[in-house]
Amino acid sequence: MSATETILQMQGITKTFGPVKALTDVNMSVDRGEIHAICGENGAGKSTLMNVLSGVYPYGSYSGTIVFEGKECKYHTINDSEADGIVIIHQELALSPFLSIAENIFMGNERSAGGVIDWNATRVEADRLMKRVGLPEDPDTKIMDIGVGKQQLVEIAKALSKDVKLLILDEPTAALNDEDSAHLLHLVRQLRDEHGVSSIIITHKLNEVAAIADAVTIIRDGSTVGDMIISPETPFDQDELIRKMVGRELTNMYPDHDSKPGEELFRVKDWTVHHPLDASRVVMDHANFYVRSGEIVGLAGLMGAGRTEMAMSIFGHSYGSNISGEAFVKGKAVQMPNVQSAIDAGLAYATEDRKVFGLNLLQNIRENAALASLRKMSRHGVMDGNVERREVEEYRKDFNIKCRNIDVAVSTLSGGNQQKVVLAKWVISNPDILILDEPTRGIDVGAKYEIYEIIDHLADEGKAVIVISSELPELIGICDRIYTVSQGSITDDVPKKAFTQEYLMRGMTKEREVTAR
Amino acid sequence: MTSATVEPKKSERDKEVGMLSSIASNARQYGIVGALIVIVLVFEVLTGGVLLKPNSFVSLIQQNAYVIILAIGMVMVIIATHIDLSVGSLVAFIGGVCALLMERQGMNWVLAIVVSLVVGLLVGVWQGFWVAYVGIPGFITTLAGMLIFRGLATVIVGESVPITSSAFRGIARNYLPNILMFWGPFDGLTIVLGLLCIAAFAWAQISRRRKAAKVGLATEPMSLTIGKIVIASVVIAFVTYLLASSGNADQGGTPIMLVIVAVLVLVYNFILTRTVFGRHVYAVGGNRKAAILSGIDSRRVDFTLYIHMGFLSAVAAVCMLSRLASATAQAGMEFEMDAIAACFIGGTAVTGGIGTIPGAVVGAFVMGVINQGLSIMGVDTAIVKTIKGLVLLVAVAIDIMSKRKKS
Repeated sequence: MSATETILQMQGITKTFGPVKALTDVNMSVDRGEIHAICGENGAGKSTLMNVLSGVYPYGSYSGTIVFEGKECKYHTINDSEADGIVIIHQELALSPFLSIAENIFMGNERSAGGVIDWNATRVEADRLMKRVGLPEDPDTKIMDIGVGKQQLVEIAKALSKDVKLLILDEPTAALNDEDSAHLLHLVRQLRDEHGVSSIIITHKLNEVAAIADAVTIIRDGSTVGDMIISPETPFDQDELIRKMVGRELTNMYPDHDSKPGEELFRVKDWTVHHPLDASRVVMDHANFYVRSGEIVGLAGLMGAGRTEMAMSIFGHSYGSNISGEAFVKGKAVQMPNVQSAIDAGLAYATEDRKVFGLNLLQNIRENAALASLRKMSRHGVMDGNVERREVEEYRKDFNIKCRNIDVAVSTLSGGNQQKVVLAKWVISNPDILILDEPTRGIDVGAKYEIYEIIDHLADEGKAVIVISSELPELIGICDRIYTVSQGSITDDVPKKAFTQEYLMRGMTKEREVTAR
Repeated sequence: MTSATVEPKKSERDKEVGMLSSIASNARQYGIVGALIVIVLVFEVLTGGVLLKPNSFVSLIQQNAYVIILAIGMVMVIIATHIDLSVGSLVAFIGGVCALLMERQGMNWVLAIVVSLVVGLLVGVWQGFWVAYVGIPGFITTLAGMLIFRGLATVIVGESVPITSSAFRGIARNYLPNILMFWGPFDGLTIVLGLLCIAAFAWAQISRRRKAAKVGLATEPMSLTIGKIVIASVVIAFVTYLLASSGNADQGGTPIMLVIVAVLVLVYNFILTRTVFGRHVYAVGGNRKAAILSGIDSRRVDFTLYIHMGFLSAVAAVCMLSRLASATAQAGMEFEMDAIAACFIGGTAVTGGIGTIPGAVVGAFVMGVINQGLSIMGVDTAIVKTIKGLVLLVAVAIDIMSKRKKS
C-alpha cells in the first residue's frame, strides 16, 4: 500500500458551544497506516475534535468538512462512523463490569441469529480477537475481574470486531502502569504493521509520542498550530513540540502582587498514595513540598499527573489507599485521617469540580458557604442564624458575589460566582493553609481576575496558598514558586525568576522512559 | 415630581420582592396547601357536609396521626437519599412488646411506653449500623427489617393481646381535660389554645419579617404577610371551633393525639431547619461528596437518622396500640407506604436533598382527607386504595412537569 495515501482529511472544522468557540478552523490529515498523535494542553480541544470526527457531535452542529477514504462524511451518530470503520476508545472505558469479556466485545454487535445469541460463535470469535490483541484470558471472565490494562485491550478487541480502519485512542495510557502502557503501544504498532490500521492517539506523554508516532498535530486553544512528521530523516524534537503546545502570549491578566513570605506553615514529607481500587498502582510517589505563610505556591502538572489525588489524600485521606508520609503544620506533625481533622489542623481544600465536589446545587448561597463552619456558627447544635448571615454577608461583599441576596440558590449563579461561593465557604472556616484546585476553570476572564485578587489578598493576610492549575500562564502569573508534577512525582521546585512555560513544561513531562521501541 | 421623592420609593420596591414572584418562587408549597383546601371543599360537598362535622374531624386527626408521625421521620430519611420500609412492621413489633409488658408482665403503662420507646431507639441503632457503617443501602436494610420485625411481631403476639388499661387506651381516644369548663357549647381550653396558636403564628410571621429587614434582606410584601396571617387565622379559628364543639356528653375539645402530633411536628421541624444536624441532613442529601469534603461525617448522619426513625416508629406503635386497644401481628400493615406517599405528595424529591416536614404533614392530610371522605361516602376500601395511588401519581407528575417547565 502506498505510504502517502490520505485516509482522513479534516478541513476547517469549527465547533461552538453557545458563545464559546471550542474549535476554530482546525485542519488535520492522517495517512493510511500511520500513527498520528494529537498533542495539546488540557482543554485545547483535542477531545472535542475527536467527538466531531466520530459523530458524537452530529453533522451540522459544526462547520467544515471531513473526508474519510475519499468520501465526505456526514455522521449523525457514533454508529454511522463505526459503520465506516472509525472507532473511538474514550478515556472512560465503555465496558459493562458485570458482563464477560466476550459479551463486552460484541456489545451492540452481537453474534446472533434472529435475535438469539449464538454463544459458540461469540466465544470462538472473541477468542480469536483476544489472541490478536494479546489478551490471555478466558472469554467468560467478567470485566470487573481484570485490570484496567486488560480492559483497554478488550476495548481494542471490540474495535477490531467492527472492522476498524481508523482507531482513535483518547489518552489510552493515562490509567495504565508502565508495563501495560508498553504492551498497548506495541499493540497499536502491530495493528499498523500487520493489519494496516491507522491510529490517532491523544496523549500528554511526550515520550510516547517519541516512541510510536509517525506524525503529530498540535492543537492550542482550539486551533491547529503546527504539524510534525517524525521519520528517520526528521527525528522527534521535544523542545519544538513543547514550544508549540504552550506558545501563547502572557497578557496583562494578572494583578500586580508582591508576596512577603514568612515562616514555613505547611510541609509534606515523603507523601505516597496508591490508587483506591488498585493498591499496587502508585499515584503519587514520595512527594516533598512546603509552603510559607504569605506565599502562593503552584502545582503544575498535566491531567493525570497526580496533583489532585495528592491534595485530596492530604486533606483528610479523601482519596486513595495505602497512604504514607508525614504532614507538618507550623512545624508540628499532624494526623489527618478524616476531613474534620484536616479542617481542625487549619487546612482547606477547594475542590476541582465545583458542581460535583464543591457545591450542593439544591441549596442557597448561605447554606453552601456555611457548610464547613457549622460548628462555629452554632451553640449546642442549634444554628445561630445571625452569626451565619453576618459571616456569609461579609464575604458576599468582600468577594463581590453578584446575587440578589444570600438566599438565592447557587444553581442560578454564573460559574465565576459559584466559584466565589466555594472560596467563601473555605475562607469562612478560617484556615491557615488553602489548597485551591483549578480555582478558575470554566469561568470568564473578569471573574478570573477577581479570583486572583482574592488569592493575593489571602496571601497578604499571612495564609499559605497552594494553587493547582492546568493553565501554565495562570500559575506563572500568580505564583511565587511552582512545583512541577509529572507521572506521580514532584519533578522540580521552580523559583519565580526561572518561570518560563517551556522550562515548566519540561518538568511537567519529565518521566521514566517507556520501553516500547 | 422631583427625583428625591422617587428614589426612596424605588429602593423600597427593590427590597420588597413582588407579590407575584414571591408566590411563584414558593409555588410548590402554596400549591400543595391549595390542593389540600380544594380537596377538603370537594369532599365537604360530596359528603353533604359530614367531613367537617366536629366529631368526624376529630376522628380524621386520630386516624391519621400515625401517618404524620411516621412521615416526619420518613421525610428526613428521604432527604438524605435513603428510605425506610420497615416502619409498618415496627409498629406491629413494638406495639406487641408494649402490650406484652403491660398484659403479661403487669408493667405500669407509663413505664411500658418508656420501654417501648427505648426498643424503638435500639431498632434504629440496629438498622443505622447496617446502613451507615456496613454500607448496605437503606432500601435493602429496611426491606430485611420489614420481614424480620413482622416475623418477630407474629412470634411474640400470636393471635392478639387485648389491652385492659383504660388509661393507656385513652391516649388515642380522649381529650385534654376540660379544666376551663365549657363556654356555652364550647370547650374553654380549646378556645384558649386556638387563640394562642393564632397569636403565635402572627408573631412568628412578623418577627421573621422584622429580622429579614434588619439584616437587609428582601422581604415579602406586607400585603402577603397580612394575607397569610388572615388566612391562617381563619383556618385555625375554624379548626378551633370544630374541636371546641366536638366530643360527647362526658368530654370533648382538643384530642390528646393532636397534642402529641403537634409537639412532634414542631420539635422535628426545629431540628431539621434550625440545627446543625438538620443542615447536615440537607447537605448529605443534596451532594454527599461535597458534604464529606466539607468535613461532615455522613455516616453519623445516616446512623442518627435511623435512630430518629426508630424512635418515631415506636411513638406511632404506641399510638396505634392505644387506638386499636389490642396488639396484633397485622398492625401497621402498609404504613410505610402511606408515610412514603405523604412525603412525595408533600414535595419531597425522590432523589433526595429537597423536602420539608410541613410539606409531608400536608401530604399526609391530603391522603387522610381522601381516605376519610371516601369512606364517609361508603366507597369500597379497594377503590379508596386505587384512588390514593392515582393521587400520588398525579401529584408527583405535576411536580416533575412544573420543574421541567422552569428549566
